[in-house]
Amino acid sequence: MSFSVIVVAVVMTALVFDFTNGFHDTANAMATSIATGALRPRVAVVVAGVLNVVGAFLSIEVAKTISSGLVNETKITPVVIFGGLIGAILWNLLTWLFGLPSSSSHALFGGLIGATWVAAGASAIQFGSVVSKVLLPAVFSPIIAGVAGLAATYFAYRITARAATDTIAHGFRLSQIVSASMVALAHGSNDGQKTMGIITLTLITAGSLPASAGPPFWVILSCGLTIGLGTALGGWRIIQTLGKRVSEIQSPQGFAAETSSAVAILTSAHLGFALSTTHVCTGSVFGASAGRRLASVRWGVAGQMVVAWVLTLPSAAVVGALSAWVAGTGTFGTVLVALVALAAGAGIYAASRRKPVTAENVNDVPPVLVTASV
Amino acid sequence: MHIAWGPLLVVFVVTFGVAVAVVVLVSFGLVGLSARTVSPERPPARVSARAGMIIAGLCLLVAAAITAFGVYIIVG
Repeated sequence: MSFSVIVVAVVMTALVFDFTNGFHDTANAMATSIATGALRPRVAVVVAGVLNVVGAFLSIEVAKTISSGLVNETKITPVVIFGGLIGAILWNLLTWLFGLPSSSSHALFGGLIGATWVAAGASAIQFGSVVSKVLLPAVFSPIIAGVAGLAATYFAYRITARAATDTIAHGFRLSQIVSASMVALAHGSNDGQKTMGIITLTLITAGSLPASAGPPFWVILSCGLTIGLGTALGGWRIIQTLGKRVSEIQSPQGFAAETSSAVAILTSAHLGFALSTTHVCTGSVFGASAGRRLASVRWGVAGQMVVAWVLTLPSAAVVGALSAWVAGTGTFGTVLVALVALAAGAGIYAASRRKPVTAENVNDVPPVLVTASV
Repeated sequence: MHIAWGPLLVVFVVTFGVAVAVVVLVSFGLVGLSARTVSPERPPARVSARAGMIIAGLCLLVAAAITAFGVYIIVG
């Protein structure tokens, strides 16, 4: 089995994307558990990492289409995938630097759209699908999970208002370990598959695998371990935003948020209506925060997230288009794109070290000042 | 452009119903458990410690069953 430079580049870049997907999304499962003290920070991220690896092995249905019909699949080449992945990785790193949860799937779609546009023209983009499969779910995901999280939190506080505070807080913290684990497991079974699908499709287009082949074991193993490793590293900046900067989350809110997220992810995946894990989890955190006290929510943080969500697709598309254009010139272009992306990644990491967020200081955020109660 | 409104509505209804149901069940379960503890700082529990334990057991069992079904969906 021999591979061309571009195939090797795509496989390596896909694994890097998988890694960024992992640490970008640790917050989805564990942010509120860390914020309420249900789990110690390092324990939480390791649990999430292990469950992501387990989740990656549980589901055997690999995505046959990596673009979900957003672009003409016949126009997808290894160069297009490479460009798309570079756009997605850089957007993931940039949003991580600012501590903003944004959808890795949307970043990947954006990168692929931009790269396909350069490679095959605008006619290869299915703009109707972009609206129905990316934009509308982006609007509805946080609303669905947010309304559920809000109602669940309201009932949790109403029902337990007269009960022993210590028993309730301790009980909800224990329950959070289960609900957070469910989110992590569901995430692994969904997002782990994404990179497996990318690598498998690349190997098929390169002629290294027959057209109907499933992922080889080394692909399943490497993707599962990579997303698990990324998750276990902990995207502390995003964990801090979701767990501490949105609101001062208490254990009933954390449990309500995680339960709403897990149910929304599982229901939508089961019905084939793909919702973004990140948008669902962010929405449920805001809903659960508002369910206790509306004034305790920092709506400015929500505004920043919405801006990031709106920019995700076009930003990744521009980088994806540039990357595919340069990489399309040949081996030198591919190596050049890889080096520039590496330098950009190193620059973002260096910028993050100026004000590092770690397991030790992830919960060190001034409490929200409540001026009125609802 | 095709928008799958049907599945979207189902996702909303099921998410709302199941999430609220699980949280309500766990909340009642914890209230049942807290009936064991007596404190002068709060009013006495409306149920006896024994009844509280039975309520807690039932509520948490149903919540655990729903969670197990969730794991079944992931594995399946």
